[in-house]
Amino acid sequence: MFLVGTRSNRYFNMKTHTRPLRLLVSKAGLDGHDRGIKVVARALRDAGFEVIYTGLHQTPQMIVSAALQEDVDGICVSILSGAHLALIKDIQILLKKNKISKIPVILGGVVPEEDFPKLKKLGVKKIFTSGASLQEIVSYFQTLKPQG
Amino acid sequence: MSKRFSTISDVEIKELYTPSSLKGWEYEKDLGDPGKYPFTRGIHATLYREKPWTIRLFSGFGTACDTNKRYHLLLEKGQHGLSVAFDMPTLMGIDSDDPKAQGEVGKCGVAIDTLHDMEVLFKGIPLDQVTTSMTMNGPAIVLLAMYLAVAEKQGVSFSLVGGTIQNDILKEYIAQKEWIYPPRPSMRIIQDMLVYGTKHLPKWNTISISGYHIREAGSTAAQELAFTLADGLGYVQAGIDAGLNVDDFAPRLSFFFNAHSDFFEEIAKYRAARRMWARFMKERFKAQNPRSWILRFHTQTAGCSLTAQQPYNNIVRTAIQALAGVLGGTQSLHTNSMDETLALPTEQAATIALRTQQVIAEETGVMNTVDPLGGSYFVESLTHEMEKQALEMIEKIDKMGGIVVAIEKGFPQKEIARASYHYQQQLERQEKVIVGVNKYVEKDERPIETLYIDEKCEKKQISDLKKVKKERNAKEVERALAKLKKGAEGTDNLVPLVLDAVRAYATIGEICSSLKNVFGGYTEQSVF
Repeated sequence: MFLVGTRSNRYFNMKTHTRPLRLLVSKAGLDGHDRGIKVVARALRDAGFEVIYTGLHQTPQMIVSAALQEDVDGICVSILSGAHLALIKDIQILLKKNKISKIPVILGGVVPEEDFPKLKKLGVKKIFTSGASLQEIVSYFQTLKPQG
Repeated sequence: MSKRFSTISDVEIKELYTPSSLKGWEYEKDLGDPGKYPFTRGIHATLYREKPWTIRLFSGFGTACDTNKRYHLLLEKGQHGLSVAFDMPTLMGIDSDDPKAQGEVGKCGVAIDTLHDMEVLFKGIPLDQVTTSMTMNGPAIVLLAMYLAVAEKQGVSFSLVGGTIQNDILKEYIAQKEWIYPPRPSMRIIQDMLVYGTKHLPKWNTISISGYHIREAGSTAAQELAFTLADGLGYVQAGIDAGLNVDDFAPRLSFFFNAHSDFFEEIAKYRAARRMWARFMKERFKAQNPRSWILRFHTQTAGCSLTAQQPYNNIVRTAIQALAGVLGGTQSLHTNSMDETLALPTEQAATIALRTQQVIAEETGVMNTVDPLGGSYFVESLTHEMEKQALEMIEKIDKMGGIVVAIEKGFPQKEIARASYHYQQQLERQEKVIVGVNKYVEKDERPIETLYIDEKCEKKQISDLKKVKKERNAKEVERALAKLKKGAEGTDNLVPLVLDAVRAYATIGEICSSLKNVFGGYTEQSVF
């Protein structure tokens, strides 16, 4: 049901990682703005990451179940509708409940700066807003460590 | 190697255009006077001299009461017509108290659950004197019914109700992704609305065939043109298949395009759109009425061109894009506010957007003459190029068996994803520039003030909904919903059935889930 995309791993830095990182890339909530996340998903795939794209309209429950099933090293959530606080909160609660809250959650979308501290407190590792370059995003993911 | 010059959509541009660029080109055949077939120069002989474009700002946030106040303010400041922005749960046909609506109520538009909210939204606004545009697709039939029910309560006859409902479901599958049912039953609902509108709503635009969202999703200008017209062809065919005479409904179809930053490319796109549509209507569908040939359109400046960085620059971008819409002969125009990459617009930002249009209309003199760019070697060549590229894509879609099949195959979706990735790579390499983002970047920017919708709105909306549910006649709701379900299973026109449900204060969620029980839901095969 999920679309998994991998490209050759030759771009991947084999010195730091023994295997390509698996990333869950998701659109949370009702928001259908998927231009950004698709571009990011493709850039991450082209950079050697294993990308699992959930598609649209995912509830926190669906995202966390996918993270569990797919055994991922990072969860990317894209929200442009303004519902980020409620959705992130639920995702974090479910991650804790399933004892996988170590998996970093990375948020992208339209997020006002005044919400940054609240989101960080909820456990979001990193936030990318509009104007972030692909290079910046890919470089960040290259610093992540594999889980387990 | 010499430097390559290209538009934002990567159409290569020559250094100079001369009469030889327009070989074989004939004034009568390719342009015609304004108001004459094929309408390249515009749909009216006098264009803005007689009637300026309609200034229509898309607006909606929080509860119906909050938005009603903003509408009164915009009308007082000289706006001509209303344009409703709905929140995500309303757009998806679910109620504010649905668990999936959590955190989304009133966030990116106004929350509407029942007729009660619509009554509040249009309080003090006579619906026979203002035209309203509603950006509503999946549950369009419900919102149209609610609007008509408000008119009924105000004592306004349906024949006097003027406005537009977007109701363009095909572009939802292609770009905006706000659907409820699969494409085929969605097209049946649209057929019912076309039939109903043709009979009862002479001043209502039944579909606004939209390229805007296709462009925002990352398409090129030519793709926007091609997929929008292909959708239009799909709707005309659907109307004919429903037994309508093309000339009875085609004049009420309108269009909606994006105005991006590549000034001449956009103008060429609008001019090509008019010419192509006129030819399709006359040649393919054999429409006889000249009103069926004309492509009327609304324009919105490109939200995706705005930047969170140095947001004041967005005022400049919007002004230039708006001017392209005007020089392209738009019938109505929305100008984005400078803060829209951050949040919904503040009152001050919305006022500047409104004033931008007033400056263009009343200070610059661009309304003095019709199609001032007609005959420019460059603009005419580019118009031709847009048409050529778009026709190639439409031909491909025709070969697949039409736009519904093409969508089911994911063709437009894949083409758009590819174009948006290509553009992003051009940005990364600085082949294309966005001021303040990949060039002229400033450190330590001071944030601007933005509108904040707090959680109180959701609580208020849910408690209002509870109250309405308690006060309405539950039996009547049940009866209306059962009739609607039966209608959906059969072939009855659904509009009167939805109207009855709305009048009984059935919620949008109840109505849409009744239909979903019959029609099923939809999940797309995502591609990236």
